[in-house]
Amino acid sequence: MSTATSTHQDDHHGDHPTGLARWLFSTNHKEIGTLYLIFSLIMFFVGGAMALVIRAELFAPGLQLVHPEFFNQMTTMHALVMIFGAVMPAFVGLANWMVPMMIGAPDMALPRMNNWSFWIMPFAFTMLLATLFMPTGAPAAGWTLYPPLSLQGGNSLAFVILAIHLMGISSIMGAINIIATILNMRAPGMTLLRMPLFVWTWLITAFLLIAVMPVLAGAVTMLLTDRFFGTSFFNAAGGGDPVLYQHIFWFFGHPEVYIMILPAFGIVSEIIPTFSRKPLFGYTSMVYATASIAFLSFIVWAHHMFTVGMPLGAMLFFMYATMVIAVPTGIKIFNWIATMWRGSMSFETPMLFALGFVVLFTIGGLSGVMLAIVPANFQYHDTYFVVAHFHYVLVTGAVFAIMAAVYYWLPKWTGHMYNEKLGKFHFWWSTIWVNVLFFPQHYLGLAGMPRRIPDYAVQFAEFNLISSIGGFMFGFGQLLFVYIIWQCARGGEKATAQVWEGAQGLEWTVPSPAPLHTFDTPPLVNDRVAVHQDKLT
Amino acid sequence: MKRTNELIVGLAVLAVISVITWGIFAVGDNMTPGVSIYSGDVFQLHNTVLGIVTIIGVLVFTAMFTSIVVHRRSKGHDAAGFSHSTKAEIIWTAIPVLILVVMSVPATRVLIDMERTGGADMNIKITGYQWLWQYEYIEEDISFYSALERDSNRARQLGSGVNPREVDNYLLDVDNPLVVPVGTRIRFLLTSDDVIHSWWVPDLGWKRDAVPGMVNEAWTLIEEEGTYRGQCAELCGADHGFMPIVVEAVSQEEFAAWVAEQREEMAQTAHDAARLWTREELMNHGSRVYQAQCASCHQSDGSGLEPAFPALVSNGVPSGDLKSQLQTVLHGREGTAMDGFRDRLQPQDIAAALTFARNAWNDEGTEGEIIQPASIAELDQG
Repeated sequence: MSTATSTHQDDHHGDHPTGLARWLFSTNHKEIGTLYLIFSLIMFFVGGAMALVIRAELFAPGLQLVHPEFFNQMTTMHALVMIFGAVMPAFVGLANWMVPMMIGAPDMALPRMNNWSFWIMPFAFTMLLATLFMPTGAPAAGWTLYPPLSLQGGNSLAFVILAIHLMGISSIMGAINIIATILNMRAPGMTLLRMPLFVWTWLITAFLLIAVMPVLAGAVTMLLTDRFFGTSFFNAAGGGDPVLYQHIFWFFGHPEVYIMILPAFGIVSEIIPTFSRKPLFGYTSMVYATASIAFLSFIVWAHHMFTVGMPLGAMLFFMYATMVIAVPTGIKIFNWIATMWRGSMSFETPMLFALGFVVLFTIGGLSGVMLAIVPANFQYHDTYFVVAHFHYVLVTGAVFAIMAAVYYWLPKWTGHMYNEKLGKFHFWWSTIWVNVLFFPQHYLGLAGMPRRIPDYAVQFAEFNLISSIGGFMFGFGQLLFVYIIWQCARGGEKATAQVWEGAQGLEWTVPSPAPLHTFDTPPLVNDRVAVHQDKLT
Repeated sequence: MKRTNELIVGLAVLAVISVITWGIFAVGDNMTPGVSIYSGDVFQLHNTVLGIVTIIGVLVFTAMFTSIVVHRRSKGHDAAGFSHSTKAEIIWTAIPVLILVVMSVPATRVLIDMERTGGADMNIKITGYQWLWQYEYIEEDISFYSALERDSNRARQLGSGVNPREVDNYLLDVDNPLVVPVGTRIRFLLTSDDVIHSWWVPDLGWKRDAVPGMVNEAWTLIEEEGTYRGQCAELCGADHGFMPIVVEAVSQEEFAAWVAEQREEMAQTAHDAARLWTREELMNHGSRVYQAQCASCHQSDGSGLEPAFPALVSNGVPSGDLKSQLQTVLHGREGTAMDGFRDRLQPQDIAAALTFARNAWNDEGTEGEIIQPASIAELDQG
């Protein structure tokens, strides 16, 4: 035993490989977190470039740039890359970096698996993106891969399905790791109801991942056998049912939506108290609200398919269940505002992005309530109104929260302050243009423009033009984000351990930059140092 | 003092946000009230819910921005220490629940109305194809296909050089519109022959998916005469954006006249299928059929779009022998986007399109084959 321990110690603090090997073989949560974040940033630009192809074609009526088939490949790949390549890995990267530091753990519970979860991703995405260069082209049936359309495509479907399997394996391993870390490695005194909200939301998200990624895997495997091995799960001519796929897919798909937003809720719940210099309002109710959203996410899936032909009773059930989600979501928004209320607010870049999140996510949430109303949904469904809705919750929701998190913790990661002036400029630039990009899409949808079309009737020209201008300005503006990060990594004003005046929590007790190994000796969390003491009275 | 501050700032913020919200509504488009018996209810429901969520949004943002203006450190505002209030949590749980209940009542009522599909005066079966619609009037025994109109189809080709603004109803016009009488309770039966489509005319107040192997129901009763346009709303492949829907709602008398006219045409069609056609007739008719049915994949010059859509000519010579080409046209090719046209087109359409495709780009100057409508069935058999 003692030899094993000493070997472990050597491994831990000596023999740290350098160069490429350092990154390939790293089992350190901070290095793996960095890898995830860089990977996600690259994918954000890959997916963004595809979005710009879409917006360029939609700049004016008529087909100017691409064939409709390629346009469909772009919409499909844009979604797959952004969801599985940009947003999800970014949250996993943030969890890797911050969860151990926030609960006072020395590392993730399963460091080797952590390495593997990351290194699967570049292979998965190489396979996915390689389909663009295959003779039959990339998948073009939308990211939902609805049969029978998805089965019409070429053999590249097999690559897409295997890439999805790899991403699923990676996500499930990441989720197991996060659950094991949070449940087993909290510092003494860090009880569950003292954990930071970001840790709570990730714990719940990890359970969602484990519950639904296998469902997606099942659905796409059935597609695979239908396409290549002659089964008829979704082929009506063979006794199958194309609608069955949609039910299975959205049983994964709706919790997936919350997988992409719950950690964002956690981030915002860290940032707003810091810059309001006031504890998070209603901590316990925030935890319960998150758990209720997670539960409800399993019983609303069919609201994605109201027009598919369902019994009246089913439509009513899914409508009511969907509307109920507004309640815990509302609680969160009210709690954030109550946190700001009578605080002492300052508006550094992370706070700006968090406030932008609250406003714009709320807009997306409110249009979500509208979409739940079935008779109106018959009009909204599959139009640009839906496109506007989910981009408000995903771009100004999830992506804004990720950017807020990066600005918030960047000084902790690099040891330097980023350029605050540029950061603020980045926020205002992004906020203005993202609204120019997505707000007019509400009007387009209400006026009758379906989604996923490469060309449109001329009455939709003006708002498409405005939207495309917004898209290009927003997209190119993100290069500034890369510059700010690069500049901050290279140098700048030295950051203190606490970084932000109002910041509280264990991650701010270690020096900036955080040394490779933190909390080798667990800190003691007692009533005096615990951030959250809230109890329902 | 502090409370007055919050109140005054709050009112000012409310005013600003209200003006911005008014502006947002003033510049944009809204849903159509439509022309069917319940599309107005859907519109009203949409407006009610939109109104409610707008008010919620305005109030939430007012509270937030009031705090942002008043409670800032740069103004020397010190942070209060409170961090929970069970009373507040109960209030902002209960109020949203009540609002949702208020919204769900009209939503449920309208939905039940829309789903009551019985008691129809006439039934129309709609079948989606890649990428056109088939309409079958079950009582009248009339059936036809409805595809993107030629001018739009030509203008929408990549690099066509035609300005879409100069095409009437660009992308929203068809060759054969769906003609229906007003004031009649019509039940639609929707299905698909290939992939999932979705039949949507905003003025009727709904869309409904056309799913292969399944028959969906929906109904309408149009109250105003007019032409109403819509599109396929479910991604169905390359030309998803190019399968519009046009509904012409006419008076009962006009509808009866239209039915009689259709009957006459059907008799003519049956006659045409049996008679002998000249080469010129076949080429002229074939050019029309080809442009409407084949050109979106195989291109107007037969060059195709490799690899998904093969070329029909290689070096000016039709690729493949007539028999195998006919088999493909009639029965489609499994595992590809090529569908069988046997049920979709008349024998004279198939004969003409084949004649056209085998002769139009034949540089060799040889007399290509001409195919007679009457011989299609025979060629198919053996």
